[in-house]
Amino acid sequence: MSDLGRIQVHVNGREREVQSGLSIHDLVESFDLNPRLIVVELNREILSRDQFKDVQVSEGDTVELVHFVGGG
Amino acid sequence: MGSSEVVVGDTAEGAFTEPLRIADQEFDSRLIVGTGKYPDNETMVEAIRASGTAMVTVAVRRVDLDRTQSEGILFHLDPEEFFLLPNTAGCHTAEDAIRYARLARAAGFNEWLKLEVIGDETTLVPDTQATVEAAETLVAEGFNVMAYTNDDLVTALRLEDAGCVAVMPLASPIGSGLGVVNPYFIREIKRRCEVPIIVDAGVGTASDACVAMEQGVDGLLMNTAIATASDPVAMAYAMRLATQAGRLAYLAGRMEAREIGIPSSPTRGMLD
Repeated sequence: MSDLGRIQVHVNGREREVQSGLSIHDLVESFDLNPRLIVVELNREILSRDQFKDVQVSEGDTVELVHFVGGG
Repeated sequence: MGSSEVVVGDTAEGAFTEPLRIADQEFDSRLIVGTGKYPDNETMVEAIRASGTAMVTVAVRRVDLDRTQSEGILFHLDPEEFFLLPNTAGCHTAEDAIRYARLARAAGFNEWLKLEVIGDETTLVPDTQATVEAAETLVAEGFNVMAYTNDDLVTALRLEDAGCVAVMPLASPIGSGLGVVNPYFIREIKRRCEVPIIVDAGVGTASDACVAMEQGVDGLLMNTAIATASDPVAMAYAMRLATQAGRLAYLAGRMEAREIGIPSSPTRGMLD
């Protein structure tokens, strides 16, 4: 797949089309989120923050972007 | 009339000023407060400050990507000001709870966790077997697990054996506001466990907090009672006072209850 290609990934339960070769860091920023406040699970594996720039999303990946919300 | 300043240090049962100790941490307040269900974030922060708490619970959830500016709780609460205790609320299996726990730890604040595995949808009482199972795994992974559980002595002892740093029996179902339905077992759990006992869930108003603390437990965890009061900030302060009052009453050693009237004034010296 070329760098200009588009791929389908599941992000937080929804199918999304993103740029092929996009890093996790860029994916997080594309949603206007601060990578330092987000935890990322890629295909059920948690990524550490220092992996965000090195790991790229691939076709069919399942990504979960989670954070802390109010709770008891 | 009367002194406005009353200083209480040592009591028959110990020092009132003693901090709450859990694992290697000390907390200046015996009240742990949840961050859910407040009318707005400003009220939440104000209420949490009014409660005097040192530790707040937070939940792990998906970011809502449909909102233009998705706001996590940390936009409002400073993790430098309050110790964060992430929970596994909403999890129904040990596997799910473990997944949420690992996500919480990956946020990078601490290794602490309020473990909660729900077993029944109507009452939200915990699945105690799954809770023990998850606790064993998470303790082995280095988590400081504070386990939410039923008011059941055997489960409390198993959670302690599993290595939990605190055991947190419910007063009554989450969000019910029914108060302490089983004070005897709360006392028995406190008597038999060595780890701190925190009564978690079911407190409705200040008297419930007081009654819970009077059983001799080490602390309280509450959310709904404060968040859904008409004035959450005022209720938070009431809970702070009630937690202290209950603790102090416990330390002071209450009188024996008797089902008969006994005069407080001398029976001798009455006029003919």
